[in-house]
Amino acid sequence: MAKYMLIMRGTDESVAKMMATPFEEMLETVGRFNEELIRAGVLVAAEGLDDPAQGVVVDFSGETPVVTDGPYGETKELFGGFYVIDVASKEEAVEWAKRLPAVAGSKCEVRRVPGIEEFPQDNEWIIKERAWRERTGQL
Amino acid sequence: MTPEAAGGPPSAESARRAVEAVWRIESARIVGALARYTGDFELAEDVAQEAVTEALVTWSRDGTPTHPVSWLLATARRRAIDSFRRRSALDARYAVLASRLTEGDLSSGVTDPTDRSEDLPWDPDRIDDDVLALMFISCHPVLSPEARVALTLRVVGGLSSEEIARAFLVPTPTIQARITRAKKTIAAVGVPFELPPAQQRHKRLGGVLSVLYVIFTEGSTATAGDRLLRPDLAYEAIRLARMLAALQPDDPEVHGLLALLELTAARFPARTGPDGEAVLLEDQDRRLWDRSAIRRGVAALGRSSALGRGLGPYGLQASIALCHASASSVRETDWERIVLLYEALCRLAPSPIVELNRAVAIAMAEGPQQALPLVDELTASGRLSGSHLLPSVRGELLIQLGRTAEARTELELAARLCRNTRERSVLLRKAVALE
Repeated sequence: MAKYMLIMRGTDESVAKMMATPFEEMLETVGRFNEELIRAGVLVAAEGLDDPAQGVVVDFSGETPVVTDGPYGETKELFGGFYVIDVASKEEAVEWAKRLPAVAGSKCEVRRVPGIEEFPQDNEWIIKERAWRERTGQL
Repeated sequence: MTPEAAGGPPSAESARRAVEAVWRIESARIVGALARYTGDFELAEDVAQEAVTEALVTWSRDGTPTHPVSWLLATARRRAIDSFRRRSALDARYAVLASRLTEGDLSSGVTDPTDRSEDLPWDPDRIDDDVLALMFISCHPVLSPEARVALTLRVVGGLSSEEIARAFLVPTPTIQARITRAKKTIAAVGVPFELPPAQQRHKRLGGVLSVLYVIFTEGSTATAGDRLLRPDLAYEAIRLARMLAALQPDDPEVHGLLALLELTAARFPARTGPDGEAVLLEDQDRRLWDRSAIRRGVAALGRSSALGRGLGPYGLQASIALCHASASSVRETDWERIVLLYEALCRLAPSPIVELNRAVAIAMAEGPQQALPLVDELTASGRLSGSHLLPSVRGELLIQLGRTAEARTELELAARLCRNTRERSVLLRKAVALE
């Protein structure tokens, strides 16, 4: 088994399209998909992000970070949220991704989430992180 | 048809992976829908498997279809119609079934391709019952325990015969024969594809739970072979238990079982050492325990209690597992509570293994002197003869009591009886250390 993150990536247009969708309707389609993941016993975590217009970008292209407010204007892609699922293979993760109730023009990136056991266990930072995960149940 | 995005041109390998992924997610719904529409579980499973075989060939040539589930279902339906037509020459009833299927009765959804939620080609109001009926029929009491396990993993879990064979360390033809025989038995007995009547429901659900438990146990303490854990098989049982909990949320034992599995699996990362050797509970690095699994187990146990009908045997075992999961060491474990829980379990679901575990808990809570007579009683009754567990516990108690020579004899006996090579080497190591 392996954990995969389904990362929702939108464009200004697809986000606008989603914003134009009646809230009840969106709740229904997204809820239905989430329910599928829960029923299949594969859902680990999921979060959706707030309106990108409320967001902020910290840009590291210069010597010091430059902070700009949203909306992002020229950005090609906007992250909209993510799912973490525990599945048998990359193909299964992709199969779930294909079923996302996504707006036309958006994309979903499928990435494996390495477990902490894949890092050197005697590293002091890994030990600290493990302790935090143990305290908070994030393992 | 669209080529596979990630894998370049279609190939046998990419097709196999794509079919496996879809099948894992959809097998239960596909076979469930087919079984309801054909009224024939055996045929439904046969045509579903034929569709999978056909997919392996077609998808490796043309790529994965845009709607893989609809593709599989349509292919399986075509096979079912062919079969009914062949049989209609002998029996007119099949002609009716064939024409019903041809009219597209099976598919209720694929109308508007722009509406993604309508993609799924089955009736959303009935599919839950179909999947549940599938679980009940796969775990039907007319089947042998091995057949129930194989059939459940195949039709509900969507595992291939090869995967099941690998998990149970038996040749693939053995599993295939087991499944074929199981389907024939169901057809011969005339088991209908439907939910069991209300008065049988509870008992039959118990049968389903015990199949999931057996699958998990095989994954968590492999009875044979050189690997101690088969986490993927154990995870499969957890996935099936989650499915069942969603379908039967009002049964306390469904949540009790899920809690037990989550809490037991939480200890997996600490149960084997770097070379795959067994690590005993007392020596486990508890920091390696999977906290999220513990949290999920606690939540499931909470749902079981919240139904207000008391805990059943699985719920009690989950409570015991939780006593371990919430303790920072063996010494700080609430052994008195564990003794109480085992006593309750002895009354609800008496078994020599439970009595043996109760004796171990008493040894921890009150000392080995109190536990030894209980173990001797079990030995005298002969109810666990042939199991390595009894001599290994007895050996352990004798060590604590300083009766080293007797302890060594017991541990050596335990090692001879143990079929798992990893566990056996732990027992032998202990025996040698006593010299």
